[in-house]
Amino acid sequence: MFENLDATFLARAQFAFTISFHILFPAFTIGLASWLAVVEWRWLKTGNQVYADVYRMWVKIFAVTFGMGVVSGVLMPFQFGTNWSRFVDAGGNIIGPLLAFEVLTAFFLEASFLGIMLFGWNRVSPKMHFASTIIVAVGTLISAFWILSVNSWMQTPQGFQVGQDGLLYPTSWLAIVFNPSFPYRFVHMVTAAYLTTAFTVAGIGAYYLWHRRHVKHARVMFGMAMIMAIFVAPLQILFGDMHGLNTFKYQPTKLAAIEGLWETQRGAPLVLFALPDQEAETNRFAVEIPKVSSLILTHSLDGEVKGLKEWPADERPPVAIVFWAFKIMVGIGTLMAATGLFALILHFKKRLFDTRWFQLWCMALTPAGFIAVLAGWFVTEVGRQPWIAQGLMRTSDATSPVIGTSIAISLTAFVVIYIFVFGAASYYILKLIGKGPESIPAAYGDHGVEKPPIVSDLVGEKGE
Amino acid sequence: MFSLENLVDLPMIWFVVIATAIFLYILLDGFDLGVGILFPFAPTDQCRDRMMNSIAPFWDGNETWLILGGGGLLAAFPLAFVIIMPALYIPIIVMFLGLIFRGVAFEFRFKATGKARRIWDASFHFGSFVAAFMQGVVIGAVVQGIEVEGRSYAGGAFDWLNAYSIMTGFGVVFGYVLLGATWLVVKTDGETQAWARKSATYAIGFVAAFLAIVSISMPIMNADIRTLWFSMPNFLFLVPLPTASLIMLIIIWRDLHAEREIRPFLLSFGVFLTGYIGIGISMWPYVVPFQITYRQAAAAPEAQSLMLVGTIILLPVILGYTGYCYYTFRGKASHEHESAY
Repeated sequence: MFENLDATFLARAQFAFTISFHILFPAFTIGLASWLAVVEWRWLKTGNQVYADVYRMWVKIFAVTFGMGVVSGVLMPFQFGTNWSRFVDAGGNIIGPLLAFEVLTAFFLEASFLGIMLFGWNRVSPKMHFASTIIVAVGTLISAFWILSVNSWMQTPQGFQVGQDGLLYPTSWLAIVFNPSFPYRFVHMVTAAYLTTAFTVAGIGAYYLWHRRHVKHARVMFGMAMIMAIFVAPLQILFGDMHGLNTFKYQPTKLAAIEGLWETQRGAPLVLFALPDQEAETNRFAVEIPKVSSLILTHSLDGEVKGLKEWPADERPPVAIVFWAFKIMVGIGTLMAATGLFALILHFKKRLFDTRWFQLWCMALTPAGFIAVLAGWFVTEVGRQPWIAQGLMRTSDATSPVIGTSIAISLTAFVVIYIFVFGAASYYILKLIGKGPESIPAAYGDHGVEKPPIVSDLVGEKGE
Repeated sequence: MFSLENLVDLPMIWFVVIATAIFLYILLDGFDLGVGILFPFAPTDQCRDRMMNSIAPFWDGNETWLILGGGGLLAAFPLAFVIIMPALYIPIIVMFLGLIFRGVAFEFRFKATGKARRIWDASFHFGSFVAAFMQGVVIGAVVQGIEVEGRSYAGGAFDWLNAYSIMTGFGVVFGYVLLGATWLVVKTDGETQAWARKSATYAIGFVAAFLAIVSISMPIMNADIRTLWFSMPNFLFLVPLPTASLIMLIIIWRDLHAEREIRPFLLSFGVFLTGYIGIGISMWPYVVPFQITYRQAAAAPEAQSLMLVGTIILLPVILGYTGYCYYTFRGKASHEHESAY
């Protein structure tokens, strides 16, 4: 049945699907963990019950999302072996230790202190509980550090030599970990995660404000999220620009695809709209602003930007995906920065919390961060093709000796199961949001559970 | 570049570290998965609540040892990783699907009400069972040897599937049931504990039977293993292993009847340890039986050195806070103490 499907294509589809699904959860929990630490700190400092209620509501959502991140993430390193074994064989000496450090420095930390964060409310002192929240938040950042280092090394590899056996051997760990694209990717991604969380929290806060429910709590959520929109969203545009310039320098093919430029030229235009045609090596229906691409990338109206034709056809990424994914990401980034600007204006007009259209606007932007993060990753990953590690190994040379049929079946299973599990998670998260924060004194069970899942409390729940 | 190559035997140390990480995973997630396998057989819903509560704060940390075992294998013995993963593609993917169903159940079950809760009960049980069974299948397939050509797997998609690997699949399921039941004896009381105690006594018989089958079959299947175990003086050094297993199983049985709580759990660890060492000795020095030794599969000394420094510093810290976590949630798990939401 699947004989005609190419095993490389299926392996890519499976990896793309499982990692796209996975990244949604860290993109949210990285920001949420840090925000929860801030909320808990405000609570300990002010003793204001509103902060405790907000914390307790969001920590439950955090638990669901973090759990989803764990179950979808445990699989990922194993998929390196099940689907990209020839890449691991060649590059194992480099990527292996970085992945191992992620486990040793981050995963255990997060997993252990998450237990205390979720269930330890009455078992440890408030300070220890706060410390656990901070540790989990730091753990998510350490995890991001290592995995983005691995990914960046695949984009801009350095610090190694090729042995006589064709395998890669490390020559400088510092050069490997801090490869040229890593600092930019790390800052850009962590900021993206913070913004994703901020806009989700803002959307939910706006929803409560709109319905005039939980107003005190909603003001905390909405207000804190707007601080992020005002200060961090514009910064992200700056970080993104720096990341783009880094790509221009180290991965010019990817950049040409992002810009949709086929010809090398001085004074390259900014292509606003186009349907790139890979076969014909040209853009259809292009709408361009002259010289702006050169201005952005070279800071000169007549700077030279290399076009895709500079490279052989089999070394170019699929242009349309990269081009459009980039447009989506930048579009959302702009909307986020605009949100910050509106929030600032409304703040000075003292209308931040009661402007109806702005609440609708923020509700509409609730999923914006997730879409932008996915789009951004499509740019960076598809843009690297046809390479699995830029210039070193082609994706088609990296596959495992696994037949297409096996991958087709496992891919189908992942799609079906992930949709089911994702549906359930969304349903329970929406239920938690529907319920909203509750003003109840700290009452996590002291027997190692926050909520004993027993039949007798079903009655209690219905009564609420 | 920095390397400890000339100071210590890196591949040897890493063999021990990875073997330990995988063993810790088997023990720690073993009792979680065992609790999941036993789940639907508990007498009441209240028992099931306690069972789940007893592992809720720990399962995530326990599962992390799997990533360390797998990620560590990738990092320290990449050649073994890239041969074993494609060879066992199907059981490994199915195992992860099982772990997904098991893992999400913790969060979803206590948010679900009414009939929906049954879905997550089933998800927890079948997820645990499938994951445990597939881990047993993986062990069974590996000990039978893996076909290798050059630097990659050369067999078919279903080479792992035969009566023997299915047998080891069930063997691991019953082994985990023993771990799970003795864990519940430690962490629960009253009705749940009494039932767990009874379940543990049943499990002992099955575990003994599977250990016996594996111990007898491995030397029969493989001449090298036969020579290793039954030549003098090896036999004298090795015979204490099965003997110790047997004695420990008998003590667990007696302890359960004497209503001791902690020792059966610790001795179940002991039974797993003897079995694990027994298999390890039979496979030595292969990491991909019977093709690639741990020396052939070893990563570059620079890679192993860097990780060794990291491990020496970080592993004690990890063990420290893992211990703190278990200490925080010490005592009997219970459903009592209604929480406010």
